[in-house]
Amino acid sequence: MLELKGITKKFGGKTILDDVNLTVEDGKILTIVGPSGAGKTTLLRCISGLAEVDGGKFILDGQTFDPATNRDNDAVIGVVFQDYQLFPNLTVLQNVTLAPTMVLKQSTNDAKREGKRLLDQLNLSDKADLYPYELSGGQKQRVAIVRALAMHPKLLCYDEPTSALDPDLRREVQQIIVKLRDEGITQIVVTHDIPFAEAIADQMMRVEPKN
Amino acid sequence: MHYFSEILPSLISGTGMTLSIFFWTIIVSVPLGILVGLGMKTKFKPLTWLIDIYVWLMRGTPLLLQLIFVFYGLPIIGIVFQRYDAALFAFILNYTAYFAEIFRGGLQAIPIGQYESARVLRLTRWQTLRKIVIPQVVKIVLPSIGNEVINLVKDSSLVYVIGLGDLLRAGNVAMARDVTIAPMLLVGVIYLLLTAVCTLALHQLEKHYSAWR
Repeated sequence: MLELKGITKKFGGKTILDDVNLTVEDGKILTIVGPSGAGKTTLLRCISGLAEVDGGKFILDGQTFDPATNRDNDAVIGVVFQDYQLFPNLTVLQNVTLAPTMVLKQSTNDAKREGKRLLDQLNLSDKADLYPYELSGGQKQRVAIVRALAMHPKLLCYDEPTSALDPDLRREVQQIIVKLRDEGITQIVVTHDIPFAEAIADQMMRVEPKN
Repeated sequence: MHYFSEILPSLISGTGMTLSIFFWTIIVSVPLGILVGLGMKTKFKPLTWLIDIYVWLMRGTPLLLQLIFVFYGLPIIGIVFQRYDAALFAFILNYTAYFAEIFRGGLQAIPIGQYESARVLRLTRWQTLRKIVIPQVVKIVLPSIGNEVINLVKDSSLVYVIGLGDLLRAGNVAMARDVTIAPMLLVGVIYLLLTAVCTLALHQLEKHYSAWR
């Protein structure tokens, strides 16, 4: 379970996040919705440790942690970026196995086996040896999900997962997120796509711009 | 024809010196250029100032002057190089500055999202550089590096100024002795061959890196 207590974030003099409190239960989907500029992405960046907070605390399974500095412990939070950010110089399978071999010290064979299993789950098994530029947007996104899953995250975050997808692909990513929930993966989805958020959410949180 | 075969051995031995300067400069300057290029991007200001001054000196003065200064000037403050070492030292210093500037440009072209996505995967900074950033930078900078490599083949002729016998000097000696331009023709052909080999090798490298985009 992840809890945020009184999270505050400022840029310059402007307060972007003001005393944000939320709880995500294990194996549930929390969606964070709101208009552009409301701080959704900033909140996600704070949770995933890419931005430091100015106040408040994060509690994961009852223990306080700081995502911005505690990246070396087990408090793993996976992120699927809006523009995916696959590594263009690596094949799909290498994208997936890089971190498990280098960070988790899995053997190359184990990492490949696990990577292929995950790719298979998201219907990407025939793409393993392609480079990212050879994939469609939806395929890139699925690779990004597999890459995050290969690190066995306790929590998986998505930034605007539907922003670049057509309606069919939108349904597809919806199915994937729901399927992952059924497998027990806790997920946070930031989106401005309210129907999408309502379709997948166990819990919804609205953020509004601060003035 | 007979004359060409007579002067060829001395030209070939000169080519040996040209190649030796060329290879050692490349082998040392390229990795150093990457390091200095990374150094330019650090937040530690004194280091970036130091690098800025170094690059300004190296790009702001002629390589010929730098060669003269290293060989004839540094002994004044007690640093004495052999001719060959002085040449290598000056070439490496000079070319590292150019390579560093090229790599800095390449590093700036890598989107911040690549670093962030490596970070959330918990890769260390060094792993991120080695596996993700540097391969992408190398692909971006290859054409510019190629330019410098071709330049280096020809720049190596400057070593005559501190008395080293390279290809051009060998041709010069033959020309003065036999009072004919013919040796210089041969010198030109040899330079063309050397740069052709470099061009082919660079094309192969670019082809290797064209597997991905």
